[in-house]
Amino acid sequence: MSDEHKADEPVSTQTGPLHGILAEYETPTALVNACKRVRDAGFKKWDTYTPFPVHGIDRAMGIQMTSLPWLVLVAALLGLGTAISFQWWTNAVDYKFISSGKPMWSIPANVPIYFELTVLFSAFAALFGMLALNNLPHPSHPLDHKKHFGKVTDDRFFLYIEAEDEKFERDSVQALLEETHPASLEEVPEDHSTPAELPRKFVYALIILGGASLIPFGVFAKMRASKNVEPRIHAIGDMDWQAKFQAQQPNPLFPNGMAMRAPEPGTVAAGEPVDDDHFATGKTEGQFARTFPAAFKIDDAAMARGKQRFEIFCAPCHGQSGAGDGMVAQRASELAQGTWVPPTNLGLEYLQKMPVGQLYDAISNGVRNMPAYGPQISPEDRWAIVLYLRALQKSKGAPVTDLNPTERAALK
Amino acid sequence: MAQATMNPFDAAPKGPNAFAQITDNVARVAELEKPPRGWYIAFGIALSLLTVFGVSVGWLFWTGIGVFGNMNPVFWAMPIVNFVFWVGIGHAGTLISAILYLLRQNWRTAINRFAEAMTIFAVICAGIFPGLHVGRPWLPYWMFPVPNQMNMWPQFRSPLEWDIFAVGTYFTVSTLFWYMGMIPDFGTFRDRSTSKWRRLAYGALAMGWRGSSRQWHRYERAYLILAALATPLVLSVHSVVSFDFATAQLPGWHATIFPPYFVAGAIFGGFAMVVTLAVPARQFFGLKRIITVAHLELMAKIILATGMMVGYAYSMEFFVAWYSGSDYEMFTFVNRAFGPYAWSYWTMIACNVISPQVFWSKKMRTNPWVILLVGVLVNIGMWFERFVIVITSLSRDFLPSSWGYYKPTLWDFSILAGSFGLFFTLFLLFCRYLPMVAMAEVKAFHPSAHAHGDDDHH
Repeated sequence: MSDEHKADEPVSTQTGPLHGILAEYETPTALVNACKRVRDAGFKKWDTYTPFPVHGIDRAMGIQMTSLPWLVLVAALLGLGTAISFQWWTNAVDYKFISSGKPMWSIPANVPIYFELTVLFSAFAALFGMLALNNLPHPSHPLDHKKHFGKVTDDRFFLYIEAEDEKFERDSVQALLEETHPASLEEVPEDHSTPAELPRKFVYALIILGGASLIPFGVFAKMRASKNVEPRIHAIGDMDWQAKFQAQQPNPLFPNGMAMRAPEPGTVAAGEPVDDDHFATGKTEGQFARTFPAAFKIDDAAMARGKQRFEIFCAPCHGQSGAGDGMVAQRASELAQGTWVPPTNLGLEYLQKMPVGQLYDAISNGVRNMPAYGPQISPEDRWAIVLYLRALQKSKGAPVTDLNPTERAALK
Repeated sequence: MAQATMNPFDAAPKGPNAFAQITDNVARVAELEKPPRGWYIAFGIALSLLTVFGVSVGWLFWTGIGVFGNMNPVFWAMPIVNFVFWVGIGHAGTLISAILYLLRQNWRTAINRFAEAMTIFAVICAGIFPGLHVGRPWLPYWMFPVPNQMNMWPQFRSPLEWDIFAVGTYFTVSTLFWYMGMIPDFGTFRDRSTSKWRRLAYGALAMGWRGSSRQWHRYERAYLILAALATPLVLSVHSVVSFDFATAQLPGWHATIFPPYFVAGAIFGGFAMVVTLAVPARQFFGLKRIITVAHLELMAKIILATGMMVGYAYSMEFFVAWYSGSDYEMFTFVNRAFGPYAWSYWTMIACNVISPQVFWSKKMRTNPWVILLVGVLVNIGMWFERFVIVITSLSRDFLPSSWGYYKPTLWDFSILAGSFGLFFTLFLLFCRYLPMVAMAEVKAFHPSAHAHGDDDHH
């Protein structure tokens, strides 16, 4: 680190063509005064170099206001637009879900992110726009070979006029700058020592790295476009293997060896009818009832409810018409695994004659392979299903004469 | 407070080579063959704590969040306390670099660089905690809007999601601001470097900055824009953090005063951290002529002012709880001051409201070691403030049958201590390798930086 630049060293030592002429000053005042003269002489390709932004030099040099603020404004609007459209598309279009009863889309609930993305985009534009407008990074410059130019980031002030300027003439520029009393004045040759291109090895390495960096994206794209029947890999499986008994597992701690705990006999769920045997169990005096209980009101609403419940709980196996041809049954017989007991055709004669109480009991407690639906379906709905089932059975082989004239007209 | 005190530049280097002295003063720190002994001791302690952090996080990931004291009903416990504490620390850095810049407080140039560094390292520490406390630490990417195999998107109506964007943007913008401020100083380091590797490293970071006035013009404009952007940003970040609490219906959280109260508290705590770092740093690295007692005094005044704001918020919370007429609100605040966590409440009051009062005395606020002591106390107090808000509200809410008493475990404390290790390791590396003071800015506001041009104004 050389502290003092020798003022008496020869002004020109270069051999190559001239790149420009460099004047050095010790104070910002001297520099600003020099700037005004160079500006008034009408030079275009010149610049000053200072360790800090010198106040008033913009005007002394005639620097025009930068377009950077406009660039930032564009980025800000882009950020705002991105925030609005992205939140709208993700939460109101592509993946709708209700949270706390809030609307799918409302402007106020999304404001914080508008603000954040506006600021984020603007900040990137401010920094990278500044770098781009300043032509940075700028690795080498002919001035770098002037040893005392290193003081530009410390405490010296420089003025540099490029030879490319239309008005540049070696002698007149020298004379002009001499008049500004520089601490030193010297000619700067063109720089041929710095290669114009990056070294080959470096370029190849960049190409290989660039190509390799695309591999993960290629893998992602392939995975997204292909199907995989295997379950997702859980890198850390502690949610999969939990130290607890599950419903269908054996458990030696209990006398019956089952992990599952059945309710005490006679347990009823809250709100279940207990004082109306007919309604709750489908039996009157120990016999299956042949009539609907008085508490169950037969009307169109009950029929519609029964149809809807039937199609949710019964139709997957028994089919929409109750013929035993539901989707599950079809799939099971396709697989032909031999363990499948086909669901009953609900239109069979013995079922048509079966007391409603027995049908109700079958739904409540299950029959053969069919599980009990009592825990899932309320008594009211079970009776509605029975009601709808009776209607289905009646519709099997019902003569046209059973229909009233309007319905018959509709069939035609 | 407007009364003129010492000029912060009075102690600055003077004479014809003042600029070179400033450069030398700052750059020497990073050019020493060996840093001072104090640096080694501090770095050793910081690295040990960082190791504690690594071990604790490893144990947490291996075992699960059962290692923490989090329980029913205190589901949000120390990880969130630590998160809010660290995010808050960061605010002073942005306040100094952006708001004081817009307010033309030129004394900021001596301290803005390392206050910005402090911001970034504090936000790094903060950002770790939400990831640690989610229970399944390999899935925090669910918080980000990444296209995934579940075809799901985050819920943008949630304050927790706003937090992701607020803290993420804050970190990114602070880093950009910090880096941009260092570009000219990297140029200085490059030009002073004597070894090839230093020249290459600092040269790459400086990106060919040569101090061209045409570049300075755009640079200053970009700096102004970034300052103008960072100013509302810093106010928004802690406001959004406070929404995490304020939009909940829990007594003690559901308060409209939260956003300004959190921001004032963040600036308070952040300045306390700045003086905690500045006093030893100027001592160890011989920066007493750049970071002067006058700077410390100004910061002490800010600590006093923001401390009073925080004290006002504490009392206003009590008033609003009474004025609301809500039994639950009233109970929560009485419970804070006189319930099972009263010890934490009174620690907070003692550190945050009472200790800064010593700064009314000029003798106290010009004594660096008193400032350091108050800074440490305020940091403790601000940590307890978040503890009080999070823990007391959760531990006793509406139903007495679901009340509980939260006790942090050893791992809660080891992770908190470890996060200080991370912070100080980063900070000490910064002191050693990066320009600790914004040299170009200090020079630009130095009295001899003003050009007294000829009288040909157009």
